[in-house]
Amino acid sequence: MTLASRGRAVTAVALLLLVGVYVRALAFTPLERFQGAAQKIFYLHVPAAWSAMLAMGMVGLASVLYLLLKDQRFDRFAAASAEVGTAFCVVMLTTGPLWARPVWGTWWAWDARLTLTLFLFFLYIGYLLLRQAVGDPPGARARYSAVLGICGTVLLPFIHLSVYLFRTLHPQPIVLKPSAPSLPGVMLVTLLYSFGVFTLLYIGFVMQRYAVGEESAHA
Amino acid sequence: MSDLLRHAWVIARKDLVIELRSRTAFVSTLVFTVLVLIVFNFGRDPTATAVLDLAPGILCVTYTFAAMLALNRAFQLELENQALEGLLLTPISRRSIYIGKLIANLAFVGLVEAVGLPLFVVFFNVPVGHVLPALAGLIALSTVGFVAVGTLFSAMVIRTRFAELMLPVLQLPFSIPPLVLAVLATAKLFTGRPLEESLGYLKLLAAYDIVFIGLSTLLFPATVDE
Repeated sequence: MTLASRGRAVTAVALLLLVGVYVRALAFTPLERFQGAAQKIFYLHVPAAWSAMLAMGMVGLASVLYLLLKDQRFDRFAAASAEVGTAFCVVMLTTGPLWARPVWGTWWAWDARLTLTLFLFFLYIGYLLLRQAVGDPPGARARYSAVLGICGTVLLPFIHLSVYLFRTLHPQPIVLKPSAPSLPGVMLVTLLYSFGVFTLLYIGFVMQRYAVGEESAHA
Repeated sequence: MSDLLRHAWVIARKDLVIELRSRTAFVSTLVFTVLVLIVFNFGRDPTATAVLDLAPGILCVTYTFAAMLALNRAFQLELENQALEGLLLTPISRRSIYIGKLIANLAFVGLVEAVGLPLFVVFFNVPVGHVLPALAGLIALSTVGFVAVGTLFSAMVIRTRFAELMLPVLQLPFSIPPLVLAVLATAKLFTGRPLEESLGYLKLLAAYDIVFIGLSTLLFPATVDE
């Protein structure tokens, strides 16, 4: 079984489980008291953000490994992860305003996490543009993108910290915080389930994209 | 270590001498800076917005643009007659080359900022006399890290297509932390708040500078070695 077909299989399973997320979120998770039905998008928005961040972390990690070991596979993996991350970023940046409009009363706000993810998106775009723009010398594309991948990953916490100093509209952390999660159990289960599904989607997509990269490298 | 810095200084001096002889890049960057300041003046309604509300943003954004324009030339210089190949053949470490380029860029950008500041004061009538040392330190802190990353990137983008377009696209996201922090701290300075209130911003700026100077020095060899 080739990598591409295994990737397709993983993606198919993940998409099937995604149907489960919809069913669970819509039918088996209670309505939020203040936000009503609009809050349901939470179960897609937050996991998509998670996958987009995960993808950038993986780009950074693969970039470090590439510069240390000079193994082309890490470069191909970073490229695959960046493209998939861009897709998840788009999901996050479209579901966000859809949720914000009824709840915050505005499509967009210059809030800390919003700004962070917007720049995450621009980092991805810059990364992909750079990959396109490098011609000669041979091997330069992998090296340049590794340098940008590392710098970009290091930049994100700084953007987060600095824009955090402006007032933020986003809810404070509800799951990963020192005290117990402040989300009702049923909602937490749906969210965690969705996190799992989006991680699996990420893996499936990256496997397929990596296989494409492998093909074009050997062609 | 002393070799590293000595070699870096040679590189920096070389760049600055080239700059001094032609002065084209410096003059055009300066003219650009003044033009941006002037354009900003027409981007506000003077009867509706107090200048002090906008001044920190105008100053910091102008400096960001000026720095970016200046960075394009750092390695562009080395493209003529394959000077970069010659530079790489010299028996000095890659890190010296990077640090030398960084010093030259900082001197260049610093000079542009130093000449730009009085013009900003004149155009926008913001009294800075009493906070000048603090303001200069703050501008320096917000410039160093940004120029460090920019120097690294300019070594990469000169060998890509659309180099002049590529650098801003890659670099502007990196201007956000210094820009946000510098604007917040400058606003406090301009409104007469004590410097202690901005200590948090300054610490974060310093952290940004240290991290990105270190990272860029570490990564620079990867941008020139084949």
